[in-house]
Amino acid sequence: MTQIGKAISRLEGWQKVTGSAKYAGDYNVPDLLYGYVVNSTITKGHIISIDTSDALALPGVIKVFTHQNRPGLAWFDIMYTDMDAPPGTVFKPLHDNEIKYNGQPVALIVAERFEIAREASALIKIKYEEMHFETRLDRNIEKGRNAKKGLATALKPPPPKPKGDFSLAYDESPFKVATEYRHSTEHHNPMELFATTTVYEGDGKLTIYDKTQGTINSQIYVANIFGLHFKDVRVLAPFVGGGFGSGLRPQYQLFFSVMAALELKRNVRVTLDRKQMYSFGHRPQVIQKLRFAAETNGKLTALSHLALSETSQFEDYAELVAEWSHKLYPANNTLFSYKLVPLDLYTPIDMRAPGGSTALHAIECTMDELAYQLKMDPLELRLKNYAEIDPSTDKPFTSKALKDCYLKAAEKFGWNERNPEPGSMTHGNKLIGYGMATGIWDAYQFPARVEIGVNAEGKLLVNNATTDIGTGTLTVMTQIAADQFGLSLDEVTFGYGDSKKPFSMFQGGSAMTASTGSAIVIAANVLKKKLLDKAKEITNSPLKDAELKDVMFTHGRMYLKNQVEVYVMLTDIVQANKGKTIKTTNLGAPHMFDLRKYSKMTHSAAFVEVEIDKDLKTITVTRAVTAVAAGKIINPKTATSQITGSMVWGISKALYEETILDENLGKYMNMNLGEYHIPVHADIKQLEVIFVEEKDELINELGVKGVGEIGLVAIPAAIANAIFHATGKRINNLPIHFDELL
Amino acid sequence: MNDFNYHKAATIDEAVNVVNENPRAAYLAGGTNIIDLWKYNIISPELLMDVNQLGEGIIETSDGIRLSAFITNSATAWHPLIEERYPLLSKAILAGASAQIRNMATNGGNLLQRTRCYYFYDPNVPCNKREPGSGCSAKEGYNRIHAILGASEQCIAVFPSDMCVALAALGAVLNVSGSAGNRSISFNDFHRLPGDTPQLDNNLLHDEIITSIDLPSKGFATNYSYLKLRDRHSYAFALVSVATGLDLEDNIIKEARIALGGVAHKPWRVIAAEEYLVGKAPTAENFAIAAEIILQGAISFKYNAFKIELSKRAIVRNCLMALDPSSQLPGSQPSA
Ligand SMILES: Cc1cc2nc3c(=O)[nH]c(=O)nc-3n(C[C@H](O)[C@H](O)[C@H](O)COP(=O)(O)OP(=O)(O)OC[C@H]3O[C@@H](n4cnc5c(N)ncnc54)[C@H](O)[C@@H]3O)c2cc1C
Repeated sequence: MTQIGKAISRLEGWQKVTGSAKYAGDYNVPDLLYGYVVNSTITKGHIISIDTSDALALPGVIKVFTHQNRPGLAWFDIMYTDMDAPPGTVFKPLHDNEIKYNGQPVALIVAERFEIAREASALIKIKYEEMHFETRLDRNIEKGRNAKKGLATALKPPPPKPKGDFSLAYDESPFKVATEYRHSTEHHNPMELFATTTVYEGDGKLTIYDKTQGTINSQIYVANIFGLHFKDVRVLAPFVGGGFGSGLRPQYQLFFSVMAALELKRNVRVTLDRKQMYSFGHRPQVIQKLRFAAETNGKLTALSHLALSETSQFEDYAELVAEWSHKLYPANNTLFSYKLVPLDLYTPIDMRAPGGSTALHAIECTMDELAYQLKMDPLELRLKNYAEIDPSTDKPFTSKALKDCYLKAAEKFGWNERNPEPGSMTHGNKLIGYGMATGIWDAYQFPARVEIGVNAEGKLLVNNATTDIGTGTLTVMTQIAADQFGLSLDEVTFGYGDSKKPFSMFQGGSAMTASTGSAIVIAANVLKKKLLDKAKEITNSPLKDAELKDVMFTHGRMYLKNQVEVYVMLTDIVQANKGKTIKTTNLGAPHMFDLRKYSKMTHSAAFVEVEIDKDLKTITVTRAVTAVAAGKIINPKTATSQITGSMVWGISKALYEETILDENLGKYMNMNLGEYHIPVHADIKQLEVIFVEEKDELINELGVKGVGEIGLVAIPAAIANAIFHATGKRINNLPIHFDELL
Repeated sequence: MNDFNYHKAATIDEAVNVVNENPRAAYLAGGTNIIDLWKYNIISPELLMDVNQLGEGIIETSDGIRLSAFITNSATAWHPLIEERYPLLSKAILAGASAQIRNMATNGGNLLQRTRCYYFYDPNVPCNKREPGSGCSAKEGYNRIHAILGASEQCIAVFPSDMCVALAALGAVLNVSGSAGNRSISFNDFHRLPGDTPQLDNNLLHDEIITSIDLPSKGFATNYSYLKLRDRHSYAFALVSVATGLDLEDNIIKEARIALGGVAHKPWRVIAAEEYLVGKAPTAENFAIAAEIILQGAISFKYNAFKIELSKRAIVRNCLMALDPSSQLPGSQPSA
C-alpha cells in the first residue's frame, strides 16, 4: 500500500482552478437553444390562463411550453420516480394547472439566446386563482402524522419502539431536562447552478450533460418519462460543482431540457438561476422536543426525542432524527417519535448530514444542560455514558474509536483549562466560551459495479458511473486502484461521471469511497486471477505453477512473492491476449449477511471556543477542533478538506444559514447569496482536524467508512454549548442570531 | 431584462441632456446595484448612460476636499488624503460590501443604492416603494432588517449604505448638475423619509447627476470610529451601524457627530444629542444619555425590536472606541 494513506492533491484540481473543467452548463454544442423557466408567483391554487403571445412575439423566441401544450408524457406516476424519491406522488412538471408551491415551474421559454428567453419570461401573463395555504411548521403541529413507507424507508426506517417505561423512569430520576429546538429551512446553494445541456443525436438518442450526483439516476428518470431506451440515453457529469444533496434527485431543468430537445429536435440547454435554486428541495424546518433523565452518578436512565418535520403535500420526505441519542448512549427507558406535517412547499431533500446534524444539535445541547444540572464536566458525562455496544440494537460496532476522539480533541483543544462557571472566562471586552459535542453518522455502503482492465501499454483502466461532486472521488479511486497492482497514479485511469459506465448509486450518504472503492478491490482481485491465468498461457511462463496467493504486483509486473526476480510483465500478458485489454466487471456490495450482527457508525468529537462581546453580543467562533473516527483514511488531504468544509458548514448552520420563509406570502424571501448568509472568510478562524486510528476489518474490503458528513454533525451543538458557557444563555433555535443574547 | 441602448457620455452636459429627454434613461456607474435591480425586473431602463469615465479624482479645495462622484469606493477609501484627514469615511466604506464590489462601486452610485428590503426586490409581492399603493409586505412580514426610526405606514425600509453614514456625520455637501442648472444639497437634505412617497429615496430629479461630494475641512481625524453590527463578520449589510466623530479638548467634548445606519430610510442624525454632549466629559454615562436622545421615538416591529437596545449599546461603544481609534478592528467590528 503506497498510494492509500498519502495526502495527494486532487488530480483534476488544475482543471478547476484554470477554468478548463467543464460543467453541465458549459457545453457549447452547435446550434444550441436556451431555455428559461417561469416559476409560479403564488403558493397554492390554479392557473386560470397563461398568455404567451407577447413572449412569442419577441424576436428569437422559439417556443413556450406550458401545461396546455406540453407533449404527451408518461402516464403513470411511477415513471417519474427516481432512486431517491420518497414515498408519495412525484412532482410532474407542467402536468396540469395546479399550483402546489411557490416557485413551481409553470412554463419553459426556449429561445435563440439565454437573455432573450429570460426577457420573454417577464412577458408571460398568468392569471391565478389563489387558495389558502399552510407553510409554517410551528402553526401546523397538530397535523403531525407518521411517514408513509416506501423504498426510501429502507435507508430511513421509523424510529425504534419504546423501551422500558419512559414516563415512570423520567419522573423518578433525580436529574432531568426537557428541551425544545427549532430549526429553519436551509438551501444547498452549491456554487454550480443547476443546468442541463441536452444534445439531440437523432434516432431517439440523447447525450445529456446534467448537474447531478447520480448519472444513472438521471438516465432512468429521462428514459422512463420520455419513453426512450435506457441505452439511448447517456448522462454525463464529469465535473459537479458541489451538490450537498441537491443533486440526489433529477431536478426540473433536466426534465425541461430533454422535453424541449425532443420536441424541437434541437440541442437545448436549461440553466436555473440562483433564485431558482430555491424552487426545489431544501433542508426542512424541524421542531424537536427532548427529555433526558439521569441518576445522581450521571448514568442516563431515560431518553425521549420527539421530532416533527415538514414535508410536501405530495411526497413523504423523512430523515433519521429521533433515534440518534440511543445509538450513542445507553438507557433502559426510551421513547422516540418522528412525525411529518405536509405543507404547501416543495418536498425537502437530503442536505449534508440530513437528520443527523439536526438531531445531534438537540441531543448534545440537552446533554450539556444535563451536565450542568449534575454539576459534571460535559465530557465526563459523555464518557460516563460511553457505549461499547450499540445500545439501540445491542449489537457490537464494527469499530468505534469515539473515546480516542474525545480524548485527543480535548487535549489538543485544552479542554481542561475550562472553568465550567458560565461567564467566568473573559478577555477584554469578550466573554469566552468553551463547548463540546459528539458526532455520529451511519457508515453507508451501496452496491457498485466496477470494470477494471489492463491494456496493451500496461495501464490500468477502471470504470464506474459515480460522480465526483468535489469530494476527491477521482483521486481516491485512483489511489485505491493503483495500490491493487502496485502502480503509480499516472498508470491508472479512472473513468466516471457517465451513465454508460458500470452501475453506481448517486453520490451521497458519505458512501462513495466504501461503495465504489470496495468494488474496485473486488474487481481487482478477479482481474488478478485473469491475468495470472493468461500469464500461464505464455510459453515457458515463469509463473506456470503459481497460484493467486503466491503472486504480487508492482511496477507493471506480476511476480512471485517469495522470489521477486521471477516475474511476468503485464504488457506481456496483454500481448498474449493478442494485445486486447484484459478486463472484468464485478459487483461490490455491502456484506449484508456478516454485518447484520453489527452496528456500523462513524464518530466524531468537536470542541469549540467562542468569543462574545460583553455588551453587543457579537459572536465569533475563534477555534474549533474536530477528531474523527472513520476507519481507514485513504487520502488525508481530501479527507481533511471534507472535515474542514463541513466544520464551516456547522458554523454556518449554528450562526448564519437560514432561508427566510414569509409567513403571509408562503414563499422564501432571501433567494440570493447576498442575503442567504453563509460564512465568509472573516467568520472562519482556526479549524483543526484529527483523524484517530480506527482499524475496521469487518466493514468492507478497505476498512473505510466515509467522511463527507461526520465533520458537520457535532459543530452546531458545540457552538451552542460554548455560547451558553460564555453567557449563561441557552438559545435553542438555529441559527442563533447574536441579538438574541442581548 | 429588456433590450436597451448604451451611451458613454463625453461630458456631464451631454449625459444630462440625453437622460433628460428619456424618462426611461438611467445613469450607469459601477452597475453593482442597477444591474441587479434590472435582472430582478424591478426596473427596465431603455437607455443606459455610462458615467464612469467622468471622474476627476479627489482634489483639495479652499475649505476641504472634493470627491468625484464617479470614482470608485475603493479609490476613495484608500486615497492618502482620505485615510489621513477623513479616516471615518475610509473605515465606513471599507466596512461595506466586498473588495470586489467596492472596486466597481462608485461614490455616486453608493448614495443612490436602493434598499435591501426583501419585499422590494420581489416584483410579485406588494411593496409601496416599488409600486406605490400596493401595500407594504414588510410591516407584517419578516422585518428583522427594517427601520426603527422615521418609518411610515407606507414603508419601513432602511437605506443600506455604510459610506453615507460617515458622510452624514461629516456633514458632506453634494454637488449636482441637471437640465435646470447646478445646485448643492447638504447631506441631511438629500435622502428622504418614506412618508407618503416611499418610492422616492432622495431629492434628486430624474435628469440630475451627482458630480461631486464636498467634505468640510473638519474631518474628526483624531477621534473617530465606525462600528458595524451585522449577521456575519463581513459582506453583510448593517443591522445597526454607528459613525462617530468627536472633537475633544482637555477631555471635554467640543463637538460631537453621531450618525446611525441600518435603522432608518436615511442615515440618522439627531442634533439635540450631539448638542447635549458639547461641554461634557466623554464618558460612557454621557454617551448613554446621548443614545437615549437619539433613539427617542423609536418604534419596532415583530422581528426588529432588538435594534433599539442594540443601537443604544452600539452608540456608547462606538463613542468610546472613538476616544482610542487604535482600538478599532478591521471590518469595523466591536473593539476587543
Ligand atoms: C452583495 C452586495 C453587498 C453589498 N453590501 C454593501 C454594504 O455592506 N454596505 C454598503 O454600503 N453597500 C453595500 N453594497 C451596495 C454597494 O455599495 C452599491 O451597490 C454601490 O455603492 C452602488 O454603486 P454603483 O456605482 O455600482 O452604482 P450603480 O449600480 O451603477 O448605480 C446605482 C444607482 O445610482 C445611479 N447613479 C449612479 N451614479 C450616479 C451619479 N453620479 N449621479 C446620479 N445617479 C447616479 C444609477 O442610475 C442607479 O440608479 C452591496 C452590494 C451588493 C451587490
